[in-house]
Amino acid sequence: MDFLRPESWEEALAARAERPDALPIQGGTDVMVELNFDLRRPAALLDLGAVRELAGWETLPDGTVRVGAGVSYARLITGLGDRLPGLAQAARTVGSPQIRNRGTVGGNLGAASPAGDAHPPLLAAGAVYEVESAARGVRLVPAAEFYAGVKRNALGPDELIRAFRQAPAAGPQYFSKIGPRNAMVIAVCSFALALFPAERRVGTGLGSAAPTPRRAYEAEEFLAAEADWDADLDDAVAGRFAELVSAAASPIDDVRGTAEYRRHALGVLARRTLTWAWNDHRKGAGACA
Amino acid sequence: MTTTRAPGDVAAPGRGGVGDSALRPDGTLKVTGEFAYASDLWIDGTLFGATLRSPYARARIRAIDLGPALAVPGVEAVLTHEDVPGRRLYGLDHADQPVLAIGEVRHQGEPVALVAADHPETARRAMERIAIDWEVLEPITDARAVVADPDRLRVQERGGIVRHQPVRVGDVASARARAEVVVSGDFSVGIQDQAFLGPESGLAVPAEDGGVDLFVATQWLWGDLRQIAPCLGLPEDKVRMTLAGVGGAFGGREDLSMQIHAGMLALRTGRPVRIVYNRYESFFGHVHRHPAQMRYEYGATRDGRIVYATAEIVLDGGAYTSSTPNVVANAASLGLGPYEIPNLEIDAYGVYTNNPPCGAMRGFGAVQACFAYESMMDRLGAACGLGPVEIRRINAAGQGSKLATGQVIDSPAPLAEMLTRLEAMPLPPPPDRTDLRNLPGGVSQATHGEGVVRGVGYGVGLKNICFSEGFDDYSTARVRLEVAAGEPTVVVHTAAAEVGQGLVTLQAQIARTELGVDRVTVAPADDRIGDAGSSSASRQSYMTGGAVRAACAAVRDEVLALARTRLGAGDDLSLAGGKVVSASAGAVATIADVLGDRTVEHTREYHHRPTVPMDPVTGQGDTHVQLALCVHRAVVDVDVELGLVKVVELAAVQDVGKIMNRLSLEGQIHGGSAQGLGLALMEEIVVQDGLVRNPSFTDYLIPTILDTPPQRLEILERPDPRAPYGLRGAGEPPTLSSTPAIVAAVRAATGRPLNRVPIRPEDLCRRCS
Ligand SMILES: Cc1cc2nc3c(=O)[nH]c(=O)nc-3n(C[C@H](O)[C@H](O)[C@H](O)COP(=O)(O)OP(=O)(O)OC[C@H]3O[C@@H](n4cnc5c(N)ncnc54)[C@H](O)[C@@H]3O)c2cc1C
Repeated sequence: MDFLRPESWEEALAARAERPDALPIQGGTDVMVELNFDLRRPAALLDLGAVRELAGWETLPDGTVRVGAGVSYARLITGLGDRLPGLAQAARTVGSPQIRNRGTVGGNLGAASPAGDAHPPLLAAGAVYEVESAARGVRLVPAAEFYAGVKRNALGPDELIRAFRQAPAAGPQYFSKIGPRNAMVIAVCSFALALFPAERRVGTGLGSAAPTPRRAYEAEEFLAAEADWDADLDDAVAGRFAELVSAAASPIDDVRGTAEYRRHALGVLARRTLTWAWNDHRKGAGACA
Repeated sequence: MTTTRAPGDVAAPGRGGVGDSALRPDGTLKVTGEFAYASDLWIDGTLFGATLRSPYARARIRAIDLGPALAVPGVEAVLTHEDVPGRRLYGLDHADQPVLAIGEVRHQGEPVALVAADHPETARRAMERIAIDWEVLEPITDARAVVADPDRLRVQERGGIVRHQPVRVGDVASARARAEVVVSGDFSVGIQDQAFLGPESGLAVPAEDGGVDLFVATQWLWGDLRQIAPCLGLPEDKVRMTLAGVGGAFGGREDLSMQIHAGMLALRTGRPVRIVYNRYESFFGHVHRHPAQMRYEYGATRDGRIVYATAEIVLDGGAYTSSTPNVVANAASLGLGPYEIPNLEIDAYGVYTNNPPCGAMRGFGAVQACFAYESMMDRLGAACGLGPVEIRRINAAGQGSKLATGQVIDSPAPLAEMLTRLEAMPLPPPPDRTDLRNLPGGVSQATHGEGVVRGVGYGVGLKNICFSEGFDDYSTARVRLEVAAGEPTVVVHTAAAEVGQGLVTLQAQIARTELGVDRVTVAPADDRIGDAGSSSASRQSYMTGGAVRAACAAVRDEVLALARTRLGAGDDLSLAGGKVVSASAGAVATIADVLGDRTVEHTREYHHRPTVPMDPVTGQGDTHVQLALCVHRAVVDVDVELGLVKVVELAAVQDVGKIMNRLSLEGQIHGGSAQGLGLALMEEIVVQDGLVRNPSFTDYLIPTILDTPPQRLEILERPDPRAPYGLRGAGEPPTLSSTPAIVAAVRAATGRPLNRVPIRPEDLCRRCS
């Protein structure tokens, strides 16, 4: 197996174009497991660990935060928790301290598992992914268009993920996940919610609830249309919102849980997170964890 | 030998005698990653062994073509059952398990062929090239159906039932007519795995005399040897066993895994062979805890006194006998727990199926029944209007009580008092909701407190200590005292396996106390000394502790006799602080002076009292050596809308006779309780049509530190006069009682019946099941 270790983004893109058989590796917390379990036998590894451009973040002129694909969960939690609270909450639930030190959002997007914890908050916040190839340059892919199927994403064979872009939270954001263990657990299902009070709009993201992470569009539209943003949350509205979130899921029965339980739990999480966010909103609190 | 890391280093424990919290010599090494586990062994020229396993639960092998595998460059051997040099079957008590499948496979993961190659990758490629023509058959997977029709549903020639053990006392029919309150229930227990962290591994080195040296992680060197030698076609003295670093066991290393396989490959190739399973293979490489289906009925007077009980317990042993007969005996003899019940009928069955093979695991047959009988006690209490502690106290057995087998408990068993002490312990405060880690789901943030209900539950467990039913599981110890660098030095040598429980530490503590010497080393366990029995059944402190103490006493007697002859001292001598001490005259000489350059060495066997098998019809008999009790109170917070559980606290009272090492002991109770928590809430090998669906730690969940609550312990010391130092085996009892206590607490919070463990979230919330 060849081991490619580019030291700049340019080199990385060139290597990607030259060696479509090389598997990118960032933190390796997915890749190494696959290699150990013999699920994958790539001809080469393209190690992105030395690519400096991926390792940091910046604020763009319009205020959007641009976060390199190689930023670990641990750094994201401490460095960006105030601006990206939903994602930071999700990051806090990933694996163990060791995994959070190595694992990255870029890797989560690369793996595109329906259970990946970064996806729901990115969907809810309306993040955009920046992918790039040497031949065609940069493409900006909205989160909701990125997930193509179970563990498949919209990345071309010559493309790499450079960063994700997300506006700092404009209102309360929450992430909730279900696991039968109190830590280190793959989501049985998960839900993320972001309120945009100025726009009178809500964003949602569902995890482990369908072949891909997805948004609950009807629930979002319902809330935008029916909620009274200047009043306390109406019970009936919250209940209907929860139902619509449940209905947006197409879960399966598997060894981690039943489809019925997943639907039920998503409804509970939707109602609870909406309630928390609404309370924050009414209290005038902005972002909150 | 040029191994860079061999188990030859003599362990050198720290300070402390019996009763001190001596530190483990292996503790720091394990925490810093320097401890040499069996998987770290290495010798130049080693080949890598690999095992081809059945993908099917039940199938015939029409043909195997090894040619393409043998043709892979770097492959040194490819073996099947035809290459087994000796007996082709092995087993703990009953040899019915093929070393390699003979014409058919009876469970998923059954070994079919072996490869030795110069690189693990080569071995893997060769395995892919072994072509097998399978005829897949429908597996037999319903244990209850096997009990009903054992002649038709045969996995083994001998029929479907491994053992049926009835227990009969009194007259259940007339007691039933008198009973004022009757409760019943069906309960089941899923397959729990030992989930030890160090997968099966070891090294086999061929020797010049045609024999083989095996370095393996096991619970019982001599038990392994007796099974390995006949299969390798070698006399026992040509198979030399040394214990390699064991990464946990919990019963899962009582059966053989890679031992014979590595030996075969080493003998065939004439080169050292190393086999190391990965986590996936490990799930197929050892037996698990028997899953159980149980049906209970209790009758009582209105004031809660039990007048009769019936129980049917069906344990699924999988395809081979392993330790199922003994697991059945425990389920039968301990099937109603430590309660006085005048009339009873128990039927415990162990059956063969094509499900994953099951055998020994911490608690050994007593765990499954404990979940059922404790659930019944709560049910009965509720029916009589009595609380969980009250109903247990009313029926509690004690010293002088009879077990279901008629055996009289002849040493302290203060159950009622233990319950009273447990109940008196303070309850934890409500959760601090400002920290998500205190709530069900933890930082997954499923709740900020919504839907969270607290529950409290109790559980009691009764476990036999040492092997039962007539087994003479003695232990042997050799103790040598000599002067080295001017200081008296003791070497203790046994074949007893340190599996993480702290036995090495304890052996040194005993030697220090008995011989008054600080410098004690424990030689690596091997078979150059007689049998020590298995590190299971909570028996090593008792048995190997007893043997070390006896050998020390023999050494001490000789030293004191020497002192008397040399110094003309009186009869009131003892050894302390490196000196010979006279009760009347104080220190009279140093041990070093008395010994000079003489070496004093003695070997002793230690036997427990004899027991008898259960009567095949009535189940009666004095079958157990010693009995041990633990009681638990669990406090849980349950998110009743989502079915998520946070165990807030586990409190326990356990009687251990004598605290040999409090630090180790508390570790055993903490760990045992956590393993019981795992069974209550998450640990299950999920099987469908005989196939395992979750053979990984991604989906076989064991408790993390955030699942494991603070544990309040009260440890009693009521000595057993028959046992060394009065001690009572302690490793298993907490594993029994924590499971039903937690389930009872979750029932209290949710009102759900919960007849099955592990509990799944969907079992708990009302709207989702
Ligand atoms: C013990 C354990 C616990 C875990 N727990 C969780 C959990 O709770 N929640 C969760 O979501 N995940 C969990 N994971 C999975 C994993 O940690 C995450 O998916 C993580 O985000 C992967 O990041 P990484 O940098 O390690 O990715 P890698 O393993 O390096 O890569 C993952 C995939 O992304 C591709 N890739 C990586 N970087 C790029 C790039 N820049 N461009 C294109 N493709 C790229 C790789 O080719 C690969 O296919 C766990 C893993 C382990 C081992």
